[in-house]
Amino acid sequence: MSGKPRLTYLNGRGRMEPVRWLLAAAGVEFEEIFLETREQYEKLIKDGVLMFQQVPLVEIDGMKMVQTRAILSYIAGKHNLYGKDLKERALIDMYVEGITDLMQMILVFPFSPPEAKAKNIDSIKERATNRYFPVFEKVLKQHGQDFLVGNKFSWADVQLIEAILAVEEKIPAVLSGFPQLQAFKKRMSNMPTIKKFLQPGSPRKPPPDECYVETVLKVFKK
Amino acid sequence: MSGKPKLHYFNGRGRMESIRWLLAAAGVEFEECFLETKDDLTKLQKNGSLMFQQVPMVEIDGMKMVQSRAIANYIATKYNLYGKDLKERALIDMYVEAIIDLNELLMIHIFQPADKKEQHLATIVDKATNRYFPVYEKVLKDHGQGFLVGNQFSRADVQLLETLLMAEECKPDILAKFPLLQSFKARISNIPTIKKFLQPGSQRKPPLQEKDVPKVMKIFH
Repeated sequence: MSGKPRLTYLNGRGRMEPVRWLLAAAGVEFEEIFLETREQYEKLIKDGVLMFQQVPLVEIDGMKMVQTRAILSYIAGKHNLYGKDLKERALIDMYVEGITDLMQMILVFPFSPPEAKAKNIDSIKERATNRYFPVFEKVLKQHGQDFLVGNKFSWADVQLIEAILAVEEKIPAVLSGFPQLQAFKKRMSNMPTIKKFLQPGSPRKPPPDECYVETVLKVFKK
Repeated sequence: MSGKPKLHYFNGRGRMESIRWLLAAAGVEFEECFLETKDDLTKLQKNGSLMFQQVPMVEIDGMKMVQSRAIANYIATKYNLYGKDLKERALIDMYVEAIIDLNELLMIHIFQPADKKEQHLATIVDKATNRYFPVYEKVLKDHGQGFLVGNQFSRADVQLLETLLMAEECKPDILAKFPLLQSFKARISNIPTIKKFLQPGSQRKPPLQEKDVPKVMKIFH
């Protein structure tokens, strides 16, 4: 037993990717188990390791944690990425929840039918450029600091850089009206732990492709 | 200015109800400002009160908080309903997140088209009785304590009670196979702040009726 957190999920981004980002940003090494077949998944359920019969599952500090937000909150709290007090936590929570809503659109995108895909990209672009990115552009402009909250690196910064890169994969010029976010992206990408995570060979997963979609349907479809 | 939290939402449960429960459980009085028309929502959006153009929004301690989880996290911590340490918070978070998943199903039930309603109800009952309730029944059985986490009243207890009651509204005998959840329900309902919230005239909202659905849809769409 290595003592490292152990992640159980598919070999792809999905709902586990924010966890990989956060652990990596915190400089925490982790192991991964990839679900490839329905049988593997059913065995996990039978063994009683999935509290609500779902993944993500992260074994960490003696706990078998499920529910993505619970896992992320724990990691953020443990590694001092959750602000210095209740009010900073409130801000981080608001920012993270907003970004998560945007990421949800990206999460479900691969599963939308081909005829809906162009419309869905437009929706993602619309939301990103009209609802979410302007908020963070303004936050950074108003306080002029490097990080979103409390002049200190936090979970909110990790979530935002992940989202920016994910949206850019779909809409390459999406940051064109957002100079603060462009500078933020550069700054975050250059932080040592994040820089390492962005290099080939890291645990970061590639964008979902058809093969990934097939695996999801195969493993989880009832 | 009263210093009381002020809740902005439509006059119904939706995504604000869990916050009403939490404030009530903590014994915190609050005010409410109800959105009745789309214009009410547009006005709030235009005056910059809504960080992501959405409600729920709660004015509390000088902040205009949005995002129901962020709001609930803040209230739970402020009023000591979030466990005593990081590990208890982790447990509470796991329990609460699953409850939220079940609540989502319950919440959207009224919006299902007529031909999908029965199927949707079957899904709710299946998930509640096979995926979620057995977990909490077992938790209570294993530790034999009165509360879900750390032998202390927490947000997890409040949100579980809220959901048990909503599930019963869908199917009155849904707790038939869960004796510990039944006694949990009775016990938590008797906590003075909760007992008060469960009485008529409190700020607890009734379930949305079919006839009210169009009005709600108009505000948000």
